[in-house]
Amino acid sequence: MSARKYTDEHEWIDVDGDIATIGISDYAQGQLGDIVFVELPAAGRALAQGDEAAVIESVKAASELYAPIDGEVAEVNPRLGDEPGLINSAPTGDGWFIKVKITDKSQIEGLMDESAYQDFIGTLE
Amino acid sequence: MRYLPLTESDREAMLAVIAASSLDAATIDDLYRDVPEAARLDGLVDLPRHAGEIAVERAIGGFAAGNMVAGSVPSFLGAGAYHHHVPAAVDALIQRGEFLTSYTPYQPEISQGTLQALFEFQTQVALITGMEVANASMYDGSTACAEAVLMASRITRRDIAIVSGGLHPHYADVVETMARFTPLEVVRNRPMAPIKGVHDTSVLEAAIDENTACVVVQQPDLFGVLRDFQKLAAVCHDAGALLIVAVPEVVSLGALAAPGDYGADIVVGEGQGLGVGLNFGGPYVGLFATRDRYVRQMPGRLAGETLDVDGRRGWVLTLSAREQHIRRGKATSNICTNSGLCALAFSIHLSLLGETGFTRLAALNHDRAIGTADALDDVAGVDVLNSAFFNEITVRLNRPAAQVVDKLAERRVLAGVPVTRLYPDRDDLADLLLVTATELTTDDDIAALARGLGEALR
Repeated sequence: MSARKYTDEHEWIDVDGDIATIGISDYAQGQLGDIVFVELPAAGRALAQGDEAAVIESVKAASELYAPIDGEVAEVNPRLGDEPGLINSAPTGDGWFIKVKITDKSQIEGLMDESAYQDFIGTLE
Repeated sequence: MRYLPLTESDREAMLAVIAASSLDAATIDDLYRDVPEAARLDGLVDLPRHAGEIAVERAIGGFAAGNMVAGSVPSFLGAGAYHHHVPAAVDALIQRGEFLTSYTPYQPEISQGTLQALFEFQTQVALITGMEVANASMYDGSTACAEAVLMASRITRRDIAIVSGGLHPHYADVVETMARFTPLEVVRNRPMAPIKGVHDTSVLEAAIDENTACVVVQQPDLFGVLRDFQKLAAVCHDAGALLIVAVPEVVSLGALAAPGDYGADIVVGEGQGLGVGLNFGGPYVGLFATRDRYVRQMPGRLAGETLDVDGRRGWVLTLSAREQHIRRGKATSNICTNSGLCALAFSIHLSLLGETGFTRLAALNHDRAIGTADALDDVAGVDVLNSAFFNEITVRLNRPAAQVVDKLAERRVLAGVPVTRLYPDRDDLADLLLVTATELTTDDDIAALARGLGEALR
């Protein structure tokens, strides 16, 4: 598994072979507050980088999960339907959103690594 | 003295700014280019000079006396607005200051009464439509119908809405208006005169394909015809489309099967018939109900039941992330309010009736319509076209209906709504008259209508 990458929309992406696991960052879940609902895409849906892949509702906001890369949805996290709070308690673990079959691995190189992302959110405070 | 907030130099300054940015908008007239010439006012409106209060009351009272009020004469008007009795208790209660004066009172700390009333309203709407969830109301039946079409498109991710020819044309017009700047294509089927014994939905079924977002039907339809939509619902669902059932006469739900029981995915309706009154066409109250699984795609406000920190039952607005103040441009709708007072009137009336009373009110409406249909069947020159109906029928006259309605109005009988009032270009429907009876229709009213038509059609 390669090192975790981030987008400036606060998604994280872990790559394992040709499958990428995607979720939202700890910073993002903290900003959103208690997450009460997520609407996940259907498996098999083709995503282009930047597409709205999922809808996230918290007690104080509604936002979207954007696809960090092109790909086809291979799997969605079945636990989020009943336990959306996992996104708050384990944003980069059990709170993952979707697994995507990667179309173009080169897109991942354009994303931020951990330290670049930490620098990025440092500029937002 | 006239109050003119802007000076000529103010205007010139503003026009100069506009002209600078849009090249040719340099005069006031240029700003009105989008308004058709015929709709523009050339000069001042010719209004009388100011007058004393007594004179004004007398003048306005004179205008009002020119109206023929539905309650003052035998009235068989319907076609989307129904003349029903409103119990005195409804007005007495809705005029309480706590209800009457509060605008969009959704702050739970101070609005438990209003929120509970809306919650009860939603429960009633869900029960009578046979659905799982209803919202806190829409502006009226037509806007509820348009919102349902937009919602079906969001759910199915498809862009074609098939609209029955039996849907009230005002509803279909509003659907078209709201769909105008979206990818939605609205396919309106041609309205046809009822044929006795024909209640099938094969034309609509044949039009459904894998691009269909929804089919919109009305029950009873514009012509008063009743249909079994179970097969249509099955065809819709097989194709991945939704069935939307519009119910402009809410009292019919006391007698007919609930749309949810025959496969509707979204039920919209006009609640005016319960507690609201005719009100010259508004304000009315739109009903909107759907399946639980679609609740997050629903438009409008939703009151929900909860517990406070001490475990006491209370009410709040819920699932607000669908709405504009949170979801902004991606909200399910741009409605940020509801018809609160009319919804309250609806709920008070329906609560007074109870389940038994609602059923009996509907039975009474149907009974009065049967009496009307039987009496008209005996009139030479009148042909009743419905074999099954609730409280509204279509009759064919031996001449254009509009002129007959005018003639009966001179005799102080409101005979009904000529179909050409709704479809002015359809000469083939010119002899059709929509006739509605309600619990307010007396035997004398029916006799007056039959007598008037008998003479007018001789």
